[in-house]
Amino acid sequence: MLLETASLTKRFGGVVAVNGVDLAVPEGQVFGLIGPNGAGKTTLINLISGHFRADGGAIRFANADVTRLPPHRLAKRGIARTFQAIRLFKGLTVLENVLVGRYVRSRPDVLASLVPFRDGGAAERAMARALLQRFGLGGRERALAGELSYGDQRRLEIARALAAEPRLLILDEPAAGMNPTESAALRVMLRELAAEGLTIILIEHDVRLVMGASERVAVLNFGRKIAEGTPTEIQADPAVREAYLGTADDG
Amino acid sequence: MDDLRAFFDAYQTTIGFIGINAILALSVWVTLYTGQLTLGNAAFMGIAAYTSALLTLKAQVPFPLALLCGSLLAGAISVPLGATVFRLRGVYLAIATLAFGEVVRVVILATPITGRGQGLVGIPPKTELWHIFASLLVIAYVCARLRISSVGRAWAAIREDEVAAASQGIPVHRYKLAAFVIGALIAGWAGGIAAHFNFAIQPDEYGFARAVQILVFAIVGGVPNVLGPILGAALLTALPAALQPLQEFRDILQGAILVLVIVYLPRGLSTVFDLRRSARLRRVGAQDVA
Repeated sequence: MLLETASLTKRFGGVVAVNGVDLAVPEGQVFGLIGPNGAGKTTLINLISGHFRADGGAIRFANADVTRLPPHRLAKRGIARTFQAIRLFKGLTVLENVLVGRYVRSRPDVLASLVPFRDGGAAERAMARALLQRFGLGGRERALAGELSYGDQRRLEIARALAAEPRLLILDEPAAGMNPTESAALRVMLRELAAEGLTIILIEHDVRLVMGASERVAVLNFGRKIAEGTPTEIQADPAVREAYLGTADDG
Repeated sequence: MDDLRAFFDAYQTTIGFIGINAILALSVWVTLYTGQLTLGNAAFMGIAAYTSALLTLKAQVPFPLALLCGSLLAGAISVPLGATVFRLRGVYLAIATLAFGEVVRVVILATPITGRGQGLVGIPPKTELWHIFASLLVIAYVCARLRISSVGRAWAAIREDEVAAASQGIPVHRYKLAAFVIGALIAGWAGGIAAHFNFAIQPDEYGFARAVQILVFAIVGGVPNVLGPILGAALLTALPAALQPLQEFRDILQGAILVLVIVYLPRGLSTVFDLRRSARLRRVGAQDVA
């Protein structure tokens, strides 16, 4: 397992946003995470990426305990993510955004940068441009990130995350704001990335995308994991149907 | 040629202070470029001014060594200070660093060796114009190269979005602290140079007014590039001298020029050739400067 959580818990005041969740994400797979609004999906990945600190339980990544590590240390170990409310560096160019994403892979160049006329960034820029090509942003590298369309911003955020060459990529609703064509292209892209060995956790409301892209799916409701299995198993699960549609008695 | 010489002699002090103020403006540029509003650089300037002046005045330490000691002491004090105050953001950070400035002023007033309220006089006039402008050149060069290095990119990322910057693996706290310490070292260097240019120093020179003045140099000139703070310092230092003949109308005109710059060039004077980018930044709702 690349990532494991054991009885992971997070409270906000009296609300238990994530309640004793056990997850096991195998390497090289797309792992879907679904659940109704407020189920705790985003809180769960904020715990995994280090943006929140767990109140209980443990997180293991690549055979090491990473429960209390801050986000930048986790990024260095190979966890990259995107955000539900896109968090690009809006005032920087598209290319600069991806170059910042290269941070953990580039050598410090403070002293080298003081040498006159030296430009040590050519290799990094070439790599960043290749990534932008792959995400259909090749012609827009000089645009400001904030000038891009919504769908392009989502793709740029994924490109920025991949620039770090992570082992685990966490996507928080990557298809939000994308049209069906873009969403289908995203599904193909996710399958390609998994085939290259990348592990992906995918939070998504677009059920077709999750079911089509994921090997395994876990379902959260009120902070608890209520089901886990293959997309087919999940679709047939009565507890999942109840969480999404309510019980028959509710009318 | 004689005219030029006469001009230099007449305006030597103003020209020197343009350079010194430009260095000070660069000292606050480093933190502003990182998106952090700190107002402690007047105090760092004061710490270094007193340190270096006492060393040359009372201990006959060679001038360059005294300058270095002043700057390093300012830098050393900025480390624990920065580690503490960077838990704060925005206005709170500005207030905390201002409070530090007050503490420094009071400590100077309470310490006998500093001459207390009367300050120090008879500081050896070791600073020559070329010292000032050679320092400015080196400091501006270092800032400009840092800006386009991976360090500068990390600073810009922190300014744009701290949470996203941390997710890219950038140790945000460490980079903010580094910017703060570099700013303190630069301000300290300027303080030592200024003290030996002016022969006399007083604690009030390093208070609130100076802190705000340094900030205004940088903001008026513009933070997106290194040229901005230098331009801002040059304009705002030369303007009062140039407008001298206007007497009481001087302040009015100077105020009017400031307002015009802030209204029509909100990213600073130095962005006048880059108005398209300013418009684009406005459209995406991103601020290139604090």
